[in-house]
Amino acid sequence: MVAGIRTRDLRKVFTSAPPAGAGTGGFSFSGPKAKGKQPKPNIVALDGISLDIASGEIFCLLGPNGAGKSTTVGVLTTRVRPTSGQAFIGEHDVWQEQVAVKRLIGVVAQRPNLDFSLTAREILAFHGAYFGLSSHERAKRAEALLERFKLTDRADQMVRGFSGGMMQRLSIARAMMHDPQVLFLDEPSAGLDPQTRLLLWEIIREYNQSGKTILLTTHNMEEADALCKRLAIVDHGRVIAIGTPLELKASVPGGYLLRLRFGHHSPDLLERFRSLAGVREVRATDNNSADLYADRGGSLIPEIANLASAGSVELCDVHISEPSLENLFLHHTGRSLRE
Amino acid sequence: MNWKAFFAMLARDAHVARRNFVALLFQTFLQPLMFVFIFGRVMVGSGYMPPSYKSLLLPGIMAICMVGTGIWAVAMPLIAEFQFTREIEDRLLAPMDISWLAVEKVVAGTLQALAAGLMVIPAAWLLLRPGVDLNVPRPLLFAVVALLVALFSATGGLALGCSVEQTHIGLMFSLVVAPMIFFGCTYYPWSALQKFPILQKAVLVNPLVYASEGLRGTLVPQFPHLPMLAVVAGLVFFNVLMFVTGLRKFHGKAVT
Repeated sequence: MVAGIRTRDLRKVFTSAPPAGAGTGGFSFSGPKAKGKQPKPNIVALDGISLDIASGEIFCLLGPNGAGKSTTVGVLTTRVRPTSGQAFIGEHDVWQEQVAVKRLIGVVAQRPNLDFSLTAREILAFHGAYFGLSSHERAKRAEALLERFKLTDRADQMVRGFSGGMMQRLSIARAMMHDPQVLFLDEPSAGLDPQTRLLLWEIIREYNQSGKTILLTTHNMEEADALCKRLAIVDHGRVIAIGTPLELKASVPGGYLLRLRFGHHSPDLLERFRSLAGVREVRATDNNSADLYADRGGSLIPEIANLASAGSVELCDVHISEPSLENLFLHHTGRSLRE
Repeated sequence: MNWKAFFAMLARDAHVARRNFVALLFQTFLQPLMFVFIFGRVMVGSGYMPPSYKSLLLPGIMAICMVGTGIWAVAMPLIAEFQFTREIEDRLLAPMDISWLAVEKVVAGTLQALAAGLMVIPAAWLLLRPGVDLNVPRPLLFAVVALLVALFSATGGLALGCSVEQTHIGLMFSLVVAPMIFFGCTYYPWSALQKFPILQKAVLVNPLVYASEGLRGTLVPQFPHLPMLAVVAGLVFFNVLMFVTGLRKFHGKAVT
């Protein structure tokens, strides 16, 4: 049986500080202000997330820290109770049928949560035992996963002394131990060196090729671009764009983004930029900066420089981005993913 | 109910306890046995305490050992696993209702507390002999009391472990565990508080009173002790209270 993921208008409002890694979405604090009493914070982490992820898909939630990615994963993996809305893994309602859902999913949390009282091999074996695998099956799978994740030489050591990268690899191996239909990876490559990241990508693709559904969160655009069939860009607890990486990149007006900085600029000057061939959109970001979306990049620079000098405006800095998910995020939110 | 997952988690706890066996042994027995040695052997030997104090002391020490072990075995891992290592998350994601994970913690803590209680009897007896006058006329009642005490230690550990912040562990011992021991009729019988009537009534809110008086009433019934019906009723009440509170707090920690 292969399972997909569906959510319908998921909302989550934290009335106390959300757990680390759960995201804080919109940061909209409000609440009754009783005199002498600390008001309860209302933190909107999810503000109506609806997703439809087909079985066998690699789907990515891309967004900055605090966008609501981890809270979405938390709701889908039974760890966060939604304030309203519904979530399904396959045909099972996540909140109503938790045990059935937990049989179908494997989860890699954002922060390492390995069992520090056990060795690497024991961690895999006990995890298999929780899911009812026979001892022979546990030993066989643990051995294969340790080998695949290049952990065989440390298999019988306590994980306390493992490096961050090794812990992350072991966490992923553990999540795969019971061969789940749906794998959740919350920021899987954070803190990994490039070589291990490539190994991880290879393993994720391989796992997906065996028909499994994978939902991963990241704030790394290259990762989303390289791995995902489709992705949703989330910010402030909302999905702001959804589609294949190609579709999304094509949805940015023109594709290219030129970020310009001047001594100062005028609406007049920006209007003249709009009339240049290939320019689709010009937005002032503040008194001396503007973002210009166009279907070409470097060839526009001389024309921009000419117009600026004709208007006696000093052009201080130009940054050109080729079509990317970063540009898309910027176009929708006015902020960079990296900010 | 997924018994396979439940027993796998018990096996995991047993495995970890076995690995830390020597440390556990010292942690559980060293302090109570030093107390037994000084008060039961040195003070009695030098004439500051009457010889009968040896028999009076033993059930109290057993209660301290059991309650201390159960609380430690359940509360400390829960505090660390929920707040610091987060290693409980893997078990929360096992295909089993999460309430059963709390039950598993209670079962593991109860077994450890029982083992500690049963091991302290011969150890203290060896340290104190001769002159320890144990007699168990009602072994079944003793077994019931010992089980209720062990269960209380574990349910208390569940409630504490899911309520106390990691930074307040020291405070938990000085504000909760230490007063519980000193006002728990462990080193003296409840009847010894007759001259302090207000204190005598007040200590009845302390579950350890029922534990030490219950063990006293079943191991050395020749000494004055609370009626056994009151002991059993008190222990059952605190067991239910701690379990219900603990389970509610456990859910609060496990699901946000």
